[in-house]
Amino acid sequence: MGIEEIFRADYGRILATLIRLLGDIDVAEETLQEAFAAALEQWPAAGIPANPVSWLVSTGRHKAIDRLRRRAWLEEKQDEIARHIELSTPRLADDEETPVPEDRLRLIFTCCHPALATEAQVALTLRTLGGLSTEEIARAFLVPAPTMAQRLVRAKAKIRTARIPYEVPPMEALAERLEAAMVVVYLVFNEGYTASFGARLVRNELCEQAIRLGRMLVELLPIHAEPKGLLALMLLHDSRRETRLDASGDLVLLEDQDRTRWDRAQIDEGAALVEAALSEGGRPPGPYALQAAIAALHAQAATAAATDWQQIAALYGVLARVHPTPVVELNRAVAVAMSSGLERGLALLDTLDGDGGLAGYHLLSAARAELLRRLGRHAEAVESYRQALALVSNEAERRHLEKRLREVTS
Amino acid sequence: MRYMLLIYRDEKVYEQLSVPERGKIFQEAFDYSEARRPSGFYQGGEPLEPTGTASTVRMRNGEALMTDGPFAETKEQLAGYTIVEARDLDEVLAFATRHPLVKAGLSIEVRPIRVGPPQ
Repeated sequence: MGIEEIFRADYGRILATLIRLLGDIDVAEETLQEAFAAALEQWPAAGIPANPVSWLVSTGRHKAIDRLRRRAWLEEKQDEIARHIELSTPRLADDEETPVPEDRLRLIFTCCHPALATEAQVALTLRTLGGLSTEEIARAFLVPAPTMAQRLVRAKAKIRTARIPYEVPPMEALAERLEAAMVVVYLVFNEGYTASFGARLVRNELCEQAIRLGRMLVELLPIHAEPKGLLALMLLHDSRRETRLDASGDLVLLEDQDRTRWDRAQIDEGAALVEAALSEGGRPPGPYALQAAIAALHAQAATAAATDWQQIAALYGVLARVHPTPVVELNRAVAVAMSSGLERGLALLDTLDGDGGLAGYHLLSAARAELLRRLGRHAEAVESYRQALALVSNEAERRHLEKRLREVTS
Repeated sequence: MRYMLLIYRDEKVYEQLSVPERGKIFQEAFDYSEARRPSGFYQGGEPLEPTGTASTVRMRNGEALMTDGPFAETKEQLAGYTIVEARDLDEVLAFATRHPLVKAGLSIEVRPIRVGPPQ
């Protein structure tokens, strides 16, 4: 493995360990940069060390100690001298430099701490665990780089000044904090998957980062079912990434996608994870596992017609109980329409419309229009397509709705 | 590390409460904090009189100008403060989350108290 690969694959692991050793994110980031610079200088001649990760951690830590020593002597700062002594004492045995899995858990729980704004949580997670540069994160979220830099500086200053702890939350808080971390990971994924704006490549990078973070949570919290559900959900969505848009960038509906181009390996892995998440007994399955189970049924159907809508509608029914949101109800209505008759689905949509929870949501009008079109009620379908068009913001979705509208009006 | 908990309430809501109701809320908050005094976590705190009693002094055209009322008109007003000594923010947030005043509808802002000169 070259230096570049190590940087990409192990950045988060090394940084997380350095933060534990040095007690500060900024100091750890700077020293890790210096350690990588040293590697670039020394490895080509000396060869890559047997354990490159340990080499980088150790080099980073010594650079930090050197720097603190220099600064402490120059400025005679009492607290830094104290810190330097603390860092240099033999108490810190060499084996403490070995990255331990908890290091990355500590880091993700710190980055996704509820005392930080969600956008700061997302940026910090991508910066520290993903190793993305500030510019890359700024580009992915269409934010000017200085704004993103400022966001990261503020978040890190708050962690330091307000003393947000660098630790895995205690048992009684773990479930809630894990939920918050999973929200961030899924947000990163959706930002990449929904491809509503920005360059495709940057967006795919976000999906890959989210999947890597999901894998990390599964690996580090093996007894928890929901990270498996989340990873499965992301893998199953991502398996269809290449078929969601056609050559001209237009949206291709699930039923029209070329299933032979779906990523089999991702589907198999996702389906196995769903099984594991659902079979972990004793508790009702969580929302990620349920959504993943639904995605697995779609992914495993040989043809659109072979989709097990009955089972999907039932799963949405369970999901609506553990995670009752209007969007879940909307999806349930569509599944009911596909399994028990368009009219029944339409009736559910009408109820949902009356509740008003989805007022202004283009997909409610779009779903209604689609069912009306299939029922041959074209005049009503036209009206619903127009409502959906008035609300839609994604360009690919807009073009799709316009195409459908032309079909029913002609 | 020390933190200050700034307690905010909507005075209009508070005005609607009877004296016994106000007394009950205060007593619960008092007991809740005092229970943490022996461990050294709770370091003290006091309620404030409503903003109708506030006076604000600021510089205007080179002169110190005094005005009637609080520093800013806000939806919720500062009602009191608490000082705690905690190992980290999570310990303070856990204390604030279960605080009887939060359950009674008040808001608590947590701020670290600075040590040493400004940075």
